Amino acid sequence: MSTSTDKLTQGNGPSHAKHRSGQYVLGYLLSLVLTAISFALALTHAMHVAPLMIVMTILAGFQIVVQLFFFMHVTEGDGPPYHSLALILGLIFTFAIALMSVWIMGFGSQVS
Amino acid sequence: MAVAHTTVAPHQHVADKPLEYQNPVQSVKILGFWIFLATDMLLFGCLFATYLVLRTHTDGGPTPHDIFDVRGFTIETFVLLTSSFTGGMSTLAMRNGNKRQLLTWLIVTIALGLTFVGFEASEFVSDALRGATMQRSAFLSAFFTLVGTHGTHVSIGIIWMIVTAIQVAKKGINPISARKVFVVNLYWHFLDVVWVFIFTVVYLSGVVM
Repeated sequence: MSTSTDKLTQGNGPSHAKHRSGQYVLGYLLSLVLTAISFALALTHAMHVAPLMIVMTILAGFQIVVQLFFFMHVTEGDGPPYHSLALILGLIFTFAIALMSVWIMGFGSQVS
Repeated sequence: MAVAHTTVAPHQHVADKPLEYQNPVQSVKILGFWIFLATDMLLFGCLFATYLVLRTHTDGGPTPHDIFDVRGFTIETFVLLTSSFTGGMSTLAMRNGNKRQLLTWLIVTIALGLTFVGFEASEFVSDALRGATMQRSAFLSAFFTLVGTHGTHVSIGIIWMIVTAIQVAKKGINPISARKVFVVNLYWHFLDVVWVFIFTVVYLSGVVM
């Protein structure tokens, strides 16, 4: 009983160095695998262009998640997670600007 | 043992936090940096939007398919992904209080960053020598602005990381230098994410179309 509580409460301590580096190695491997899938799909022309773009964008989205959770410690912080709010707002604005520009400009010109 | 934990827990609270969050002033600076990253995302969002709108406007000049070198951007991608990992390892070494490992990982990350910038610079030069200059077409203006802005960010990150490494070497690992190591690595991971979108939206899409 006491040993299990020890393990739980010491999660942030330096004593868990091995567990921590495992998290980084896993994040690195995941980012390599996601990249390799993107490259393989694109360079072998395995799919039609439109579905390929959607799949690659989703894979890139997973890469954001990998960097945020495995490398950037986004769940940590001091006090309320204000930084998560800023990030979510930033992501919404960013995708809104990029995708709506493409959508609107697509009416008037030859945007592919 | 279990009883001791429940009574000690409130006092352990500060010590349980990672070193860079133990001082409230440093915590606020980390929060501020997250907000900077959210705004920097917007900068890249605008440049991506511009690129997406203009990429077919080649004015009879070089197309994405003509100038993108698969081998070149594959190496750049691998180098930058690896540098994001080694940057993460430097944060880990900082949290473990291991100054030598921290400096080693920072130097490895700086070296990988320099390799990336070197490959990108040689890519830009070979493009320009083949007539694919920034002035040639709207596509090339958008391409060099987007990828060049990312490359500039990486170059600034390299200088910043060198300065941080010097500070760690001189003053050791304390709450202030810990915060600086953490923040410079946040920046570095962010640039890795931006590069993921660059190779997706610019390079791989360009090769496919």
